[in-house]
Amino acid sequence: MDILPILSTLRRHKLTAWLLILEIALTCAIVCNAVFLIGQRLQRMDMPSGVAEHELLQIQVADVTTPANPYARMAEDIATLRQVPGVISVASSNQVPFGNSSSNGNIRLDPAQPQRTLSATTYFGENLSNTLGTRLIAGRDLQPDDFVDVEAAMKALGTGDAKGLPHVTLITQTLARRLWPGQNPLGRLIYLTPTVGLRVVGVLDSLARPNAYDINTAQYTMVVPLRMGASKDQSYLIRTRPQDRAHVLAAALAALKKVDSARVVTTKRSFDDVRRKFFQDDRAMAGMLVWVIVALLIVTALGIVGLASFWVAQRRRTIGVRRALGATRANILHYFQTENFLLATLGIALGMVLAYAINLFLMTHYELPRLPAIYFPVGAIALWLIGQLAVLGPALRAAAVPPVVATRSV
Amino acid sequence: MFFPSPFGEGAQRAGEGTFEAQRCALAEPSPPAPPPMGEGSNIQEDGMFGYYLDLALRSLKRNKSLTALMVLAIALGIGASMTMLTVLHVLSGDPLPGKSALIYYPQIDPQDLKGMQPNKEPPEQVTLIDGLNLLHAGRADHQALMSGGSVPLDPQKTDLDPFYVEARYTTPDFFPMFDAPFLFGHAWTEADGEAKVREVVIARSLNDKLFGGADSVGRIVRMAGVDWRIVGVLDKWRPNPHFYDLNTGSYDYGEQVFLPLQTMLDLRLDRNGSTDCWGNGGGGVGNILPSDDCVWLQFWVQLDTPTKAAAYKEFLVHYSQEQKALGRFQRAPNVRLRNVMQWLDYQMVVPGDVRLQTGLAFGFLLVCLVNTVGLMLAKFMRRAAELGVRRALGASKRALFAQLLIESGVVGLVGGVGGLLLALFGLWLVRQRPSDYAALAHLDLSMLFITFALAVGATLLAGLLPAWRACQVAPALQLKSN
Repeated sequence: MDILPILSTLRRHKLTAWLLILEIALTCAIVCNAVFLIGQRLQRMDMPSGVAEHELLQIQVADVTTPANPYARMAEDIATLRQVPGVISVASSNQVPFGNSSSNGNIRLDPAQPQRTLSATTYFGENLSNTLGTRLIAGRDLQPDDFVDVEAAMKALGTGDAKGLPHVTLITQTLARRLWPGQNPLGRLIYLTPTVGLRVVGVLDSLARPNAYDINTAQYTMVVPLRMGASKDQSYLIRTRPQDRAHVLAAALAALKKVDSARVVTTKRSFDDVRRKFFQDDRAMAGMLVWVIVALLIVTALGIVGLASFWVAQRRRTIGVRRALGATRANILHYFQTENFLLATLGIALGMVLAYAINLFLMTHYELPRLPAIYFPVGAIALWLIGQLAVLGPALRAAAVPPVVATRSV
Repeated sequence: MFFPSPFGEGAQRAGEGTFEAQRCALAEPSPPAPPPMGEGSNIQEDGMFGYYLDLALRSLKRNKSLTALMVLAIALGIGASMTMLTVLHVLSGDPLPGKSALIYYPQIDPQDLKGMQPNKEPPEQVTLIDGLNLLHAGRADHQALMSGGSVPLDPQKTDLDPFYVEARYTTPDFFPMFDAPFLFGHAWTEADGEAKVREVVIARSLNDKLFGGADSVGRIVRMAGVDWRIVGVLDKWRPNPHFYDLNTGSYDYGEQVFLPLQTMLDLRLDRNGSTDCWGNGGGGVGNILPSDDCVWLQFWVQLDTPTKAAAYKEFLVHYSQEQKALGRFQRAPNVRLRNVMQWLDYQMVVPGDVRLQTGLAFGFLLVCLVNTVGLMLAKFMRRAAELGVRRALGASKRALFAQLLIESGVVGLVGGVGGLLLALFGLWLVRQRPSDYAALAHLDLSMLFITFALAVGATLLAGLLPAWRACQVAPALQLKSN
């Protein structure tokens, strides 16, 4: 196909041609970044929690009048829940992965160090790793005699008495690798307060934090043996079989109500619901991005159809002359297809530069990573295809122009 | 509206539109449209406008699918950008219109030396001891110390189970400072608050639920196991964003009960919100109050003049120095005094996703506009012959330009109406989202006006280039070629 005649024609329609190129470039740039954003969101929504998600239930109950002994009340509740048919295991916890509400501590490896090493979330609760189904990959689990009542611990903290505080902790392997790269974490000390260090006794395979907003720090997690009393912020976590979840939840609520009929249930949900709620904005964003991409491609395609139709109508006579001089229908068809391909290529080249610029802006303002190079060819192919599809109709119409048009005056 | 045309529908659809349009223009039979005027002629401007409008409508009708395409592109672009602009407008709104510039959020830095860095912001809340000190100093026109929480409420009725209500624990200056409107009664007094009185102000929604909307002042409500006397009922009041405590969620959050802070401290009621501790600080779990090494309260002041604000900032520095001299503070004075809008800005209260989506929507509008410019240019250029004839008959470039701009304006107007409908649909979609701000996404009058201005303005802007280009045709050349 001869390109030179096409170029000389386009030179006579410079403004229109540039507008089409600009439109393709903008579409290409936005689509590349939007697809990348969708990928980011999907990756986030896929973040591992480290727990047996389809087997867990979360319940929060609040007593209308504070029980005299919250620790006894919690022990009673847990014993009651264990009796519910279908319950495999029960734990209490101050928080759940992706639960949003979180307790966090500043980790120092040396109590005298001025700046914190990092901030990690702290799970407090009994029988946690067992119930959550998170695997212990080194060391031992927390034992009942590791636990300290939270109120006693707070008092000890206030008076600087090291004995009343917990002395051991479990951490995730991600946190272990971050704190002591390439070394054995077992037996090492972590300081959350200047008073006492927590000795690492076990390493968990994976346990996400409740506030997992950043995929890089989502696994900075510790489990500290603090015994919490029954309160509205404390959760009961129940492990059961996936198919039993609905009736176990109902039976568990009934059992808790039997302990004290005046209590208020504030949370009752499966872990699937926890995950769905935590990532709902990501899902909404990804959905919106898909619609924007579809709308953009449709508008651009229709724009190409519109302009190509105009050009075909405008050049009817020229086409007729060419046909009369011996050009085949295929020649005419290829002419318009090549013209579109040239314009699309220019648009895509410009669009790549724009896409990169938009990505740079997003990197500085929204903490997004760099756009991987793979998105460039994908965007290019998508726009080439759209362009060819859009121009096909007008090009076929052009090819159908009979040579006799050349002989008519107008 | 339309003049009788010598041509039937079939003729109008014919490919050679230019020629037919010429004849239309030439064969214009009767008033109200006068023939095109010569250069410099300014008579009957109104008539010209009507005539151009008519020409525009004819031209648009001639090529229905292309017109529809331009209108659709404009409508989609306007619809998407207005949806997101409205959401952004609602979310970055002023929660206290007319007063927010006088309400300030003092920040001081009571932390120990660990983790100190130059130019680091002080904590975002205050400790109990500092809060009470600043409150009792009373240096501002109004001041209130507060925290959030929730308390169980037992309606003691057979038909209603106990339920939790969102609570604000505060000192009573809260109400006049934030212009909270009372439906019945009034707040508790400063002295009553200090005396740990069990009095409560309830929200209108709770009053409706418990007392069927009757004046409930003096009635007793049982919360957290004790009896509280109702002293006031607030009228509907829900500032958005929930600026005075963003820990509870920024949007569409409202407390149902307001309790004296000192009484809450006495009864150790449950708290919600964030607690940040340093050193050996701890607490804030269950019924344990956070220790003095923890910030967990919000302190707000009203300062009626900039002079007072400057003096208050000075006071905060003095207070910090004094506390350092006493050995409580270890850091050099590090204070901030932001007003409401500055505070919301600093807290980046508008979700990043919404800003990103707004940018995306305007990118989409830009593509739609470029699309429209291209189509309009092609359309206008195809009418070069018609324009050439009009030029030859004496129409000025300005007149042609006006005619073409009116044509693009009509596209903009119709696109604007379509965009408005799409924006209403888009906002409905936003309201279906699970986010906390979803329920607030409604179009207001100012945004309605902006929608039309944006649609017509953008399309006129899009029409400028094609209209200018089309006016450059040399009349002689166009006449000759045909």
